[in-house]
Amino acid sequence: MRTTAVVIGAGQSGLAMSWWLAARSIDHVVLERGEVANTWRKERWNSLTLLTPNWQSRLPGFGYEGDDPDGFRTMPETIAFLEGYAKRVSPPLQTRCPVTAVRRTADGYEVVTGQGTWHCNAVVLATGAFNIAQIPAVAQCVPPGIAQLTTAEYRNPERLEEGGVMVVGAAASGAQIADEIHRSGRPVTLAVGEHVRAPRTYRGRDIQWWMDATGLNDERYDQVENLRRARALSSFQIAGYADRRNIDLNALMSLGVKIVGRLAGIRDGKAQLSGSLRNLCELADLKQNRLLDTFDQWAAENGVSGAIDPPHRPESTRVEASPPLGLDFDRAGIRTILWATGFRPDYSWLDVPVFDPKGNILHDGGVVTEAPGLYVLGLPFLRRRKSSLMDGAGDDARDLSAHLAAHVGARSVVLDTPGS
Amino acid sequence: MATAKGDKPVNNGVNVEALFGAQEALKNAPEAAKFKWRSTVEWINGTHSRSTIEGFYGLGAEQKHKKAFTFDADHPEVFAAEDHSATPVEIVLAGLASCLTAGVAAVAQARKIQLRSVSATLEAGMDIRGILGMDEDVRNGFDGIKVTYKIDADASPADIKAIVAQSQKRSAVYDIITNPTNVTVEVA
Repeated sequence: MRTTAVVIGAGQSGLAMSWWLAARSIDHVVLERGEVANTWRKERWNSLTLLTPNWQSRLPGFGYEGDDPDGFRTMPETIAFLEGYAKRVSPPLQTRCPVTAVRRTADGYEVVTGQGTWHCNAVVLATGAFNIAQIPAVAQCVPPGIAQLTTAEYRNPERLEEGGVMVVGAAASGAQIADEIHRSGRPVTLAVGEHVRAPRTYRGRDIQWWMDATGLNDERYDQVENLRRARALSSFQIAGYADRRNIDLNALMSLGVKIVGRLAGIRDGKAQLSGSLRNLCELADLKQNRLLDTFDQWAAENGVSGAIDPPHRPESTRVEASPPLGLDFDRAGIRTILWATGFRPDYSWLDVPVFDPKGNILHDGGVVTEAPGLYVLGLPFLRRRKSSLMDGAGDDARDLSAHLAAHVGARSVVLDTPGS
Repeated sequence: MATAKGDKPVNNGVNVEALFGAQEALKNAPEAAKFKWRSTVEWINGTHSRSTIEGFYGLGAEQKHKKAFTFDADHPEVFAAEDHSATPVEIVLAGLASCLTAGVAAVAQARKIQLRSVSATLEAGMDIRGILGMDEDVRNGFDGIKVTYKIDADASPADIKAIVAQSQKRSAVYDIITNPTNVTVEVA
């Protein structure tokens, strides 16, 4: 089978790319291993909500039209939203079509799937950044008898054994899961490494309202000072709960969650915890305050329409005087360890040498320069700070579709109402 | 030359351009980034010993300091020793202090902040019943280390705190002290 472009993945990025390819009259197909929004369906926990408010899912040709713009979508609502978008885009879509290999050919690429092989001039990898849960090497030393699972496997507290739980990692996922498990009556110990503290609401406005209004979400990858660090940064330590409560370390401690240092090692059945907790909390507090300074300065210079609360600074993280440096799993009653230590993309099927020594795909704003005609979407800070948000898929797909059009020699006209 | 906001050149005596250059050069040569630090020690008498530091390995080759440096260590008279030099644990504190302070200078330079003075006092608690073998529940080492910096610089208090925090984040000795390290001691 032959087409001009193959888009792999039918989440927000793949669908947005299909919209722009259609707008440019570029013949293409969208291949999806499962169903539209597959990761959201199969690989996330039950109570998860989007971390961005409803109004902020602005996809090309589609957006939120309900009566709760400031609310946060549940997983079923997120899936329904993307199904609605798929209807709107009506892409040339093949579902249940896992890609098993992508290879270069004399005139482009071949994409091998369970339903035959496609030959094409361009390939867009829209399979997301969050495919494989990363587990640190120390997991191999966990004493037998302690259950282990990742955020991709976790569904709800009731599926866990009774007893204590150590959650490792305090980004958005780890903090939300710690909050939920502790409330279920299973005492949680949260091992904290580097984290990005942020309030859900500041001066009466949502954090994402500020990120959007100040232009921080639109900051480009070629403008940011340290791109490598910006791309490696973990997510804001926030949740999308209806009561808009914070889930920073102070909030978790108030619930009774035990905050300890980074899990540095396990020896003789005991956890070794880093003595760096105080500094990591100091770094997160300082960084949060710099972000709030940026918001205040922007508000002072630009004015904000409507009521806005006065500036304030959250309480510094309350680190106990001498946080524990070790923890005996048995004595602490810990029955389960939950790894909330991040995800990485899965490109195991990509037989094109475009990786750095650590297995990250090498790209310049989504353009895989070593392999002309190959593009990637949806990675953190791919082209903009918002690149991995649902709100970021449209702009990145538009930019890359223009590059792709030039590569395949398509005319550069963009139709007004594609896909309809 | 890096300049501060007032266009005055910032000079903390750290060549950050060279450090950034090294980052760039090592990006595609991870083997060259692998260093081995070495020290030798000779027992003199009692608790008095002398360490000599001269050679190390890095950038793919054997390297040498400009000259051999020696460091004596001993214990004070309250330990019934002769006090020829500082105790090893005090030298650990000195190592931490020097590492963090070098980091403060480097981070300040990278952030274009002129330092005028930097000093710190360090204090570490220790219950010597541990090393005397009197109580198995007492550890041999420090029960904590307190470092207090005094910094005069062209920067806000929050920016100065951020420099000190970043210095800890990138410090080798801070990492060595706060995280476990496997130690293998053999008799040849």
